[in-house]
Amino acid sequence: MKKIWLPLGFIALVLLLALGLQLNPREVPSPLIGKPAPAFELPLLHAPDKRFSQKDMLGKVWVLNVWASWCPPCLAEHPIVTQLSKTVAVVGLNYKDAREDALPWLKRNGDPYQLSVYDAAGRIAIDYGVYGVPETYVIDQRGVIRYKHIGPLTPEVAQKKLAPLVKELQARG
Amino acid sequence: MARVLLFSLAAFSLGVLGQDPELDKRVHALATELRCLVCQNQTLADSNAPLAIDLRNQVREQLKAGKSEQDVIDFMVARYGDFVLYRPPLKASTLALWAGPFLILLGGLWLLARRIRGRRVEEPQLSQEERARAAKLLE
Repeated sequence: MKKIWLPLGFIALVLLLALGLQLNPREVPSPLIGKPAPAFELPLLHAPDKRFSQKDMLGKVWVLNVWASWCPPCLAEHPIVTQLSKTVAVVGLNYKDAREDALPWLKRNGDPYQLSVYDAAGRIAIDYGVYGVPETYVIDQRGVIRYKHIGPLTPEVAQKKLAPLVKELQARG
Repeated sequence: MARVLLFSLAAFSLGVLGQDPELDKRVHALATELRCLVCQNQTLADSNAPLAIDLRNQVREQLKAGKSEQDVIDFMVARYGDFVLYRPPLKASTLALWAGPFLILLGGLWLLARRIRGRRVEEPQLSQEERARAAKLLE
C-alpha cells in the first residue's frame, strides 16, 4: 500500500510537467480582449498626408494586422492574410518600418490591406500590447477587440478561429 | 579605450542616458520590476530588444511628465497584462503560484517526519541464551 504512493506521485509529476511543456510561453493572454480598441490617428502608409483612425471602422467588423517588411513571419502569414481579406476588411499596421522598404514589400508580395497605417515609432503598437510582429486583432462593429492572435497566422487559426468569429460577428450586424 | 567602451555600453543599457540622474535612477528601478516581453526571462532594464528600449523610453517619458510609478505600472498592465510584472501580484488566479512552494515544503516535512518516526528501531531483545553467550564473550 505504501509502495504505491511513490510511483503514483512520480507519474502525477510527469503528467504535470508534460502539460506545462505543451503551453506556449509566448502566448501571453491579452488584457485587451473585450475592451475598446485603443484610439489612434496615424498617417497612411501610401499617402502620408492622409490619416486614419480606428473610429473610421465603427459599424464594421474588421481585422487589424500588425506587420513589417523586416519581419519574416509576416511574409510567411501573408497568403493567409490575403485569403482572410476576401471575407473581412483587413487594416495593416505597419510597425517600425520605413516607407521605402514597406511599399516595395507590398508591391512584391501583393497588398491585401484595405489600407495600412504607418506607425514608424511603434507607439500605437504599444497601446495595442504588441510585443512581437505579426499580431492580429479582430474588432467588432462597436470597436471592441474580440480576439487577438500573437505570431504568424496558421491555416488552422484562420479557419477554426478567425473565420467563424468574423462570420458570427458579421451575422450579428 | 576599454573604459570608454564600457561606459558607452552602460549608457546604452540604460536606454537614453538622460541629464537627470534622479530620473535615471527611477527609470532603472522601475525597469527592473517590469518584464521584457520579447526575451521573457529578462527585465526591461536588462534587455536591449528594440521593444524593451521603446518601453524604457515610455517609462522615462511618463515619469518625466510627472506620473507616479504606480501610473506607469498600470499603463503597462493595461496593455500587456500581469505578465509584464516581474513579481506577479497575489490574487485568486496566482494563489497556487505563491502558496504552492510552501505547500510542497510542508508536504515534504510531513513525509520526512513520518519516515523518521517509522525508522525508530525496536530495542533488540536478547534471549536468555544469547545473554549468557554475550556475558561469556565479554569475560
